[in-house]
Amino acid sequence: MTIDSFKYLPRIISYYYKTTAIKSTKEIPWQTIKKPLSECRFGLVTSGGLFDRTIDPPFDVEREKVEPTWGDPTYRKISNDIKQQNMGVSHLHINPVDIISDFNILLPIHRFVELENENIIGSLSRFSYSFMGYQGFPPNTASWEERYATEVAEAFIKDGVDCVLLTPS
Amino acid sequence: MPFWAEMVGVPRTLAVEFPFGHILGHPGRNAQQLDVILEALNVLEIAKQPGLIFHSEKRWGENVRIAIEKWQPDVPSPVINLMSGRIRELIKNSKERKNKL
Repeated sequence: MTIDSFKYLPRIISYYYKTTAIKSTKEIPWQTIKKPLSECRFGLVTSGGLFDRTIDPPFDVEREKVEPTWGDPTYRKISNDIKQQNMGVSHLHINPVDIISDFNILLPIHRFVELENENIIGSLSRFSYSFMGYQGFPPNTASWEERYATEVAEAFIKDGVDCVLLTPS
Repeated sequence: MPFWAEMVGVPRTLAVEFPFGHILGHPGRNAQQLDVILEALNVLEIAKQPGLIFHSEKRWGENVRIAIEKWQPDVPSPVINLMSGRIRELIKNSKERKNKL
């Protein structure tokens, strides 16, 4: 069954997406999987605006409040032993209550640790990464493409990561 | 959402019809979260060409109107505040044009 992308969006946001989105003309990146999942090392990336409150500052939502057409393009590095109470959420476009209650709905660190323990996957990278999904109006992902996503990809490669799960928000 | 996966050009996508910010499920429902992840891992294994989007059969199981209300911030985001009047006007004009046809 085909799912409806707009089922859980208010009409105004659906209209905003449908009328502003531009289809990328770039070639879709592709790599085949070269070994079984049970031997693959995984990395996790979310665009949920998560950060470790004991280490990092929130995303710059204060600037976004002053400049609504701008979104913070930076990212936060999150250790996989983070405690639930230390996970912060700075994202002005979602209600953070459920994520503050259980960050695994966006950044499934605990579920992947379970998969590692059951040998369904090889291992989970020690660090996960979070961006903040709102990148301005119209969306400007140049900083992601030119700098920040490259930095995260290089960190994963250095750590021997084979596959990355991106959970958007 | 598959709309964005298609627009952006994602290598492999599992599209799940869950509310914004809840892509893996409800908080505290570990089995549900794991089910979605295992389905995504299956997509990772079976997708053989870039851009394929697999549609999950999983459903949220909550009243749509309530789910929409719950995921939204208490205060509208700055850009929605800025643009909402203009967008509402565009929607209204679009409806009027359709009615005339």
